[in-house]
Amino acid sequence: MHDKFKDADVLLEIKDLKIEGYSDETWVPIIKGVDLTLHRGEVMGLIGESGAGKSTIGAAAMGYARDGTRISDGSIEFDGMELTTASEAERRALRGSRIAYVAQSAAASFNPSHKIIDQHTEAPVHYRIKKRLEAQEDAMELYERLRLPNPGEIGFRYPHQVSGGQLQRAMTAMAMSCRPDLIIFDEPTTALDVTTQIEVLAAIRDIVDQFDTAAIYITHDLAVVAQMADTIKVLLKGEEVEQAPTQVMLDSPQEDYTKSLWAVRSFNSPQRHRPTDGSQPLISVQNVDAAYTGGVKVLDDVSFDIYPGMTVAVVGESGSGKSTTARCITGLLPPMSGQIMCKGEPLPPRYKDRTRDQLRQAQMIYQMADTALNPKVRISDIIGRPAQFYGGLHGSALKQRVDELLDLIELDPAKFYSRYPPELSGGQKQRIGIARALAAEPEFIICDEVTSALDQLVAEGILKLLDRLQDELGLAYMFITHDLATVRSIADEVVVMQHGKVVEQGPKDEMFTPPHHPYTDLLLSSVPEMDPEWLSTVLEERGVDNIGEAADP
Amino acid sequence: MGDLTRLVFKRLGLGLGTILVVSVLIFFAVELLPGDIAEAVLGQGATEETVTAMREQLGLDRPAFVRYFEWLGGAVTGDFGVSLVSGERVSDAISDRFVNTLFLASYAAVIAVPISILLGVFTALYRNTIFDRVANVMTLTTISSPEFFLGYVLILFLAVRATMFPAISSLSGDMGLLELLHRAFLPMLTLVLVVTAHMMRMTRAAIINLLASPYIEMARLKGTPPWKVIVKHALPNAWAPIINVVALNLAYLITGVVLVEVVFVYPGIGQLLVDAVAKRDFPVVQACCLIFAATFILLNLAADVGAILTNPRLRHPK
Repeated sequence: MHDKFKDADVLLEIKDLKIEGYSDETWVPIIKGVDLTLHRGEVMGLIGESGAGKSTIGAAAMGYARDGTRISDGSIEFDGMELTTASEAERRALRGSRIAYVAQSAAASFNPSHKIIDQHTEAPVHYRIKKRLEAQEDAMELYERLRLPNPGEIGFRYPHQVSGGQLQRAMTAMAMSCRPDLIIFDEPTTALDVTTQIEVLAAIRDIVDQFDTAAIYITHDLAVVAQMADTIKVLLKGEEVEQAPTQVMLDSPQEDYTKSLWAVRSFNSPQRHRPTDGSQPLISVQNVDAAYTGGVKVLDDVSFDIYPGMTVAVVGESGSGKSTTARCITGLLPPMSGQIMCKGEPLPPRYKDRTRDQLRQAQMIYQMADTALNPKVRISDIIGRPAQFYGGLHGSALKQRVDELLDLIELDPAKFYSRYPPELSGGQKQRIGIARALAAEPEFIICDEVTSALDQLVAEGILKLLDRLQDELGLAYMFITHDLATVRSIADEVVVMQHGKVVEQGPKDEMFTPPHHPYTDLLLSSVPEMDPEWLSTVLEERGVDNIGEAADP
Repeated sequence: MGDLTRLVFKRLGLGLGTILVVSVLIFFAVELLPGDIAEAVLGQGATEETVTAMREQLGLDRPAFVRYFEWLGGAVTGDFGVSLVSGERVSDAISDRFVNTLFLASYAAVIAVPISILLGVFTALYRNTIFDRVANVMTLTTISSPEFFLGYVLILFLAVRATMFPAISSLSGDMGLLELLHRAFLPMLTLVLVVTAHMMRMTRAAIINLLASPYIEMARLKGTPPWKVIVKHALPNAWAPIINVVALNLAYLITGVVLVEVVFVYPGIGQLLVDAVAKRDFPVVQACCLIFAATFILLNLAADVGAILTNPRLRHPK
């Protein structure tokens, strides 16, 4: 327990909580006996990988079991009220008024059909805490405190008219609308760019401090939780691993699992350099402009080279044109001007006009392995089809090739050959995605945010695999990512993009050493560090009004 | 707003194009009917002279596409030619009947649409309860029974045994509205029973489909009561599919009521069409088909526009 809260009242006490989920016609345990004590004004960070049960515990703290789950045992006592035995109406009366919730994706969690402020005032009006107009005024005040632009007007917009970072702050304001005692933050910044994340983090921390609200902060990002939490609880597969005050937890984790989480950013691939013998780049993007039909220009004079066997990381916020560049290279989006060269030969702008050998050169691995693999097609066919199309293999030769590819991605052919994607875990699916790209025997692969949907340990496995394949097969990667830790661990060269333009590019060691382009500097300094004082330091350096979108140079 | 009006006009233009294509299909489909129209109209007693005279009178000796454009030009101004059987102007023969059909369709729609949407909302709210199951089974039963069977069952119970409503819906122009509503009650009820299930189930499905959305969970975690979650948070986002199904059913109420009209001897356009087909009165057939096509296209257009209007992203662009 944190010393600071020794004398504070206990607000939430969860004892031996067990929650079950319904799958395959039976109830299976998801949470296997977790205890949690939260004092007034305390912020507890819940961390763990996906499937650890963080969000389930967060919902349970509101007396809420998601569809298909049930609280099977244990007690949840909120301010003297036992939630497991309370009636549904009693529990509902707490939600929104005394316990509020901030969801991961504000864009999906605001109702698209209503104005932001109407959703904000719904709870206070419903609970007769405030009249509608009072609640609206209060909302504007909160918007101002959270440093939203035009606080008097922004609430009267619809959710799709407001940017993601602003929506997330508006959602935090909404959670505050009834001045709750406890707020559950469920991965509130996971879906945001680093530059936006920082302003949301600052806003959340500020408002939680100002109103002395207790909070449960759920995340898988250790550096983020270090900024927000007084206490950290680590979870693994529905069980508690350990709990300690933040500084203690960061300095001296006790359990091996926690240590392995802390050590995850250690993987580092030695940096390669461009050949000095004047050889040609494998892929060369030259002065490419591009736009989607009828839209504004999304790429503006983009140029960079990728040499054989090297990894070029393309970084930038969402909407900066990273994936569009990949679409131009693969020929899915013909550029308006400029060209893509492959080994000195210009590639036809449309993939339909490319020869089979040219098509083979540009393979892709996608962010969401879930949606990039057809759930109704067998693994052997997913990998076999490109092997057949590009390699002309049939029968036993094809089967042998698929086995070989499965071996290459470290999955046992005997086990996986005839399975379907839904039977696989997230990391295994991503490996299948890699095998599918390898099946064409390319020299160049575009990896589009391949690790961002994965847990850190799994992501690390994928990065190691990609690195090994690069060494063995001499592959070149274009690695699209917004995660600078990933860039640091595997890139040889870095291209920084913003608003469809390349703002800076160069070898990794140079890019990570000052002086930087101001935008690169902003990106780098926005990446949270494990030091709990990091956020305060950055805010001090930049000034509170100069973070996030406002800091855009 | 400019984008929206442009979108609506674009759809209207497309609708007009579709009607034009359909008019071609209708005209030449009638042309393709086997046998000589003049012979068929005159019957067995026709002499060669009368047939030739008839052909000339109908203009059958001229090329089909010339006659198509004449017909289309007339149709645009509301002149569909003259009935071959009665010699009456087709527009006169159809207009009264069409008004009757529209009356019956609106009567049924005014009752069926609110009932189905309300039932849909309630079955979504009380999903998987006894109420939900009973409502589903009942509406499925009525939609699965043929309309004429439903009609006769209703006649048996409500006209013959209980004598509350007339079994035959003969209408005349001098009746008051109440009298008209009373006369048309049984055909209306039959139609309501036929169309309710489809609309109700779509409403229910569209709402339930949204219940897994994050914003619905958010509403629940704000302490919103279940009925409000459905009505305020799910329904506004479910309109697009509901409006489409409502439009299809409204179109059906106008164009698919032949059997019901026959059972209740209701003087609507469906009966007219059946008679005209039997008697080879092709100007009437063509006019009816064109009206039906226009109804379908217009209602679908209305559904498209409705779906656009209920989409906040299109209504309030960035």
